[in-house]
Amino acid sequence: MSSAISVSSLYKTYSTGFEALKNINLEIRHGEIFALLGPNGAGKTTLISTICGIVNPTSGTILADGHDIIKEYRAARTKIGLVPQELTTDAFETVWNTVSFSRGLFGKPAKPAHIEKILKELSLWDKKDSKLMTLSGGMKRRVMIAKALSHEPEILFLDEPTAGVDVELRRDMWNVVRALRASGVTIILTTHYIEEAQQMADRIGVISHGEIILVEEKDELMRSLGKKQLRLHLQGKRETVPEALSKYGLELSPDGAELIYTYDTQKERTGITALLKDLDKAEVRFNDIQTKESSLEEIFVSLVRERK
Amino acid sequence: MNLYAIKAIYLFEMHRTWRTIMQSVISPVISTSLYFVVFGSAIGGRIPEINGVSYGAFIVPGLIMLSLLTQSISNASFGIYFPKFVGTIYELLSAPVSYVEIVIAYVGAAASKSIILGLIILATAALFVPLRIEHPFMMLLFLVLTAVTFSLFGFIIGIWADGFEKLQLVPLMIITPLTFLGGSFYAVDMLPPFWQTVTLFNPVVYLISGFRWSFYGLSDVHIGTSLAMTAVFLIACMLVLRWIFRTGYRLKS
Repeated sequence: MSSAISVSSLYKTYSTGFEALKNINLEIRHGEIFALLGPNGAGKTTLISTICGIVNPTSGTILADGHDIIKEYRAARTKIGLVPQELTTDAFETVWNTVSFSRGLFGKPAKPAHIEKILKELSLWDKKDSKLMTLSGGMKRRVMIAKALSHEPEILFLDEPTAGVDVELRRDMWNVVRALRASGVTIILTTHYIEEAQQMADRIGVISHGEIILVEEKDELMRSLGKKQLRLHLQGKRETVPEALSKYGLELSPDGAELIYTYDTQKERTGITALLKDLDKAEVRFNDIQTKESSLEEIFVSLVRERK
Repeated sequence: MNLYAIKAIYLFEMHRTWRTIMQSVISPVISTSLYFVVFGSAIGGRIPEINGVSYGAFIVPGLIMLSLLTQSISNASFGIYFPKFVGTIYELLSAPVSYVEIVIAYVGAAASKSIILGLIILATAALFVPLRIEHPFMMLLFLVLTAVTFSLFGFIIGIWADGFEKLQLVPLMIITPLTFLGGSFYAVDMLPPFWQTVTLFNPVVYLISGFRWSFYGLSDVHIGTSLAMTAVFLIACMLVLRWIFRTGYRLKS
């Protein structure tokens, strides 16, 4: 079975010479929620815009459900819904008209029952005859989502869907996303909120400076998240880890001043008591102890920093 | 062919007209009526008949053309410029529509509006002056051809413009002078010989001349030449648009 989205060797260089995307290779599976994380200007929006046909790729190929997005753009684009980051709406149109317009634009015959269903799910039903300019930012965001869902896409892109959105709307939005996923829709979202990716995503990708630097199952990442580090600040520097302590898999910090023990908090026995006893036996002296939890945020920051 | 998309864009654009009915329809009608009062009745009363046609009736085809040109350009240029300006063009670019479909929908809507407007002005004119239309079919043909051609031209301007200033510049600096100097208010042979030659380089002369011929059977240039010039301009606009869409000029980076 082909992937929902398949990106291979994608490059994008803007006319200014700025390389926004460098050799992107990415497979998005059918029916998953994929979270794309990355700092500002990393290329998240460029990548999404290129897949959706708003930006021309410099080289490389993109398939949406097996259809080339350039050669078979009709088949490819019909399957895709896009909620862009910016709230761009036709100020003078009503909610109902603008959402119905989107459905027509994507080549689907009118289906008022479907539009009604979306508007109700997004709590927009009582606003259906309001002009867009009278709506709040959060309501406009809902309209953008309704527009993207109007033609019943199989693949949905959400570019920073919860930027500047209040808690209630965020919760509503995630309920909608979960329901969509349950109905088989593939969802790709970009976000700054790592916590959000942690809660929602099946897989997480990290993009930085136009390159994908990590793609991993969220559960894998969570497993490394569940780990903690015990750092022992030594009295005097060492060159090696003492032989007698080899079974603990200790690491020596690069400057030789700390011994680092990594343990799993999920396990019943962390091995800390035994380690401390053995340290005493091996006559390793230390003047400070510190424990530290590694978060996804940290992994993310260090990954991004490494690349700089 | 994505007919649903063409229909959606077309209706969206037409709906915009109804929303802005004052600006789109009523204001051109008022300004044309003023032309009739000033040139047709006040001044025209002192001007002798031109080839057996009263001056008031003589300027009707020219005035309709004047509105048709400016309205086609402003409708079409605004129609495509506005989504670019507010950013809603993302949806158009990401939708499964071909460029031909986009052009058919936008240009079709802009042309429809100006044709309706042209007919309204014609009806308004009939209230002021006695009209006769010798070749109604040719009259409609010229109306449609001109509306489509200049809507295409307006569409190109809308894509080219990157600010409201540019959007207004071309109609103001080029189209208005060309129409005023294109024989809306006079027959070309009323000019001194030198200016008669200069006038022949003005494409609008051919449009107005042909259009007037369909009313009264009199023209400054041969009707065939008028049709040919219109067709040349139509094809030129189509070629420019084809280039724009092939390269993504001002639409996609």
